[in-house]
Amino acid sequence: MVAIVDHGRPARAIHPLHAVLLAASLPLFLGGLLCDIAYSRSFEIQWSNFAAWLIAGGMVFAGFSLLWAFIDLFRAGRRRGHGLAYFVLLVITVALGLVNAFVHARDAWGTMPEGLILSAVVTLTTALAIWFGFSSFRMGNHTGHRMDRMGGTR
Amino acid sequence: MTRSSLLAAAALVALLAACDNNDNPSPPVYGANPPLPEQQRGLLPSMKIAKPANWGDRKPTVPEGFTVTAIATDLGIPRQTLVLPNGDILVAEGRGGSAPALRPKDVIAGVIKARGTTSVPSGNRITLLRDADGDGKYEERTVFADHLNAPYGLAFANGQIYVANQDALVRFPYREGQTRAEGPPEKVTDLPSYINHHWTKSLAASPDGQFLYVGIGSNSNITERGMPAEADRAMVWEIDARTGAHRPYATGLRNPTALAIQPGTGTLWAVVNERDELGPNLVPDYLTSVREGAFYGWPYSYWGQNVDPRAQPQKPEMVAAAIKPDYALGSHVAALGVAFSSPVMGERFADGVFVGEHGSWNRSVPSGYKVIFVPFRDGAPAGDPVEVVTGFMGEDGHTYGRPVGVTVDPKGALIVADDLSNTVWRVAVSERSPTAQAPAEAPADMGSATTDGNGSSN
Repeated sequence: MVAIVDHGRPARAIHPLHAVLLAASLPLFLGGLLCDIAYSRSFEIQWSNFAAWLIAGGMVFAGFSLLWAFIDLFRAGRRRGHGLAYFVLLVITVALGLVNAFVHARDAWGTMPEGLILSAVVTLTTALAIWFGFSSFRMGNHTGHRMDRMGGTR
Repeated sequence: MTRSSLLAAAALVALLAACDNNDNPSPPVYGANPPLPEQQRGLLPSMKIAKPANWGDRKPTVPEGFTVTAIATDLGIPRQTLVLPNGDILVAEGRGGSAPALRPKDVIAGVIKARGTTSVPSGNRITLLRDADGDGKYEERTVFADHLNAPYGLAFANGQIYVANQDALVRFPYREGQTRAEGPPEKVTDLPSYINHHWTKSLAASPDGQFLYVGIGSNSNITERGMPAEADRAMVWEIDARTGAHRPYATGLRNPTALAIQPGTGTLWAVVNERDELGPNLVPDYLTSVREGAFYGWPYSYWGQNVDPRAQPQKPEMVAAAIKPDYALGSHVAALGVAFSSPVMGERFADGVFVGEHGSWNRSVPSGYKVIFVPFRDGAPAGDPVEVVTGFMGEDGHTYGRPVGVTVDPKGALIVADDLSNTVWRVAVSERSPTAQAPAEAPADMGSATTDGNGSSN
């Protein structure tokens, strides 16, 4: 018990703001994917414009999540397992999302098919990052729960 | 932990390096059969923005036997010029376009591109320059007409001065020697102005003054504002001077930025700016005679049957119908001016056209930024172009000026509008070679001047 206390601050649930940043990118990237699908089926250019903005919006949230996760890497050694997977997935998401944003800067059908493929991959990696992100915090909760049980303070 | 963050940093660096375009620009390639390399679609379009700088004591460079002087400065973005029968010069000044930013890209590119252009407000007027004593100095300067809407194309025919605003073709009645329009202009016809991505409306009058030709640019680079926005765009209209009725004269011309009538034949010629984002060496801008009823490819194909997959749904029957232009000027040179020469310009430049090249912005090695001369033989381009006015871009990358409209003054001078330094340059023949007999000095009264040819172009 003493050892746990000596490791630094007790583990906490995900910070509410971090949770919002992390979760918010998913509907935006998913919306981008759906708009890309709509454009690829209809040639209606407005879908492509929507996709470009939705991806840009997703990148804002994913970028801040990555920043937060990066800082957490240094702050919280205890989250090595899932925490690292979460961070790596976020790096992949932001990297591919940036490429996708550039692909969506091309004119008209120039975004296809790479844009559609990247939108699908980025949506998938975002979902996985969220899964691992919240899982790792759940692990933290578990520790916290044990601490509570043992009379530790939060 | 440190290792993983290092890895992450390395990944980001590698990614950004990968964004760098595989850019391998070749010098501009000229002529009827330019090599057309593979289409390239890099991740980041190369942008090399001219660093604007003041001319200071510098001047553009002109060939032996010519002198260059600034005949008007501090204009409100001069674009095209017109020499009137009495030798007065009209200058159309303004900036048009109100295309909204539709994508994150438009917002970013707009900020970057604005750094390479002038920041003065749009003149929205026509300035008249007069050299009363014929010494080559234009000592008199008046505002011929103002409160116009981004005027660009100018033509003189039927005793009228025609002005192509960005939204309408208008005319002013003109008396010889007039320095100010008598009142607001009369509208001949509305011109397509919805969005107005390419807002410039170029203009030329047929030799008999019966028709006016207006060049209307596309509403996008390559249909990224949707095909409905391209109705009545990327074409040349033929407008009946009396009734204002119009019909498409030729189509598929992405951005016909300047028109001119060939002296003698009466054929309409145009310089056209082609599409971007297919690499630094595609697609060549071109000079072409405009064939009535012809389709020149945009957006479905370029230089004949080279399909552009970005225009969807594709139209194979339109691709098959597309004709090749006459003469490539090089990719991204941004030809914005064209004028037929005459023997007054000296033997070397007696037969051909001058082309003003505004210069590229999306090419790592800039192209354009000069005025060239394309020699003609038997009424068609023959041979490589000759540089006429250069030095607009210094070797240190500073850009002092960007040429737009060019006009041949029958007195033996080339008038060049420069919309970066807001100057009109006059490149005059200083020594006549004995073989180049000018068809007489322009008389002071100019009563016998005709309206066809050089004067009515642009």
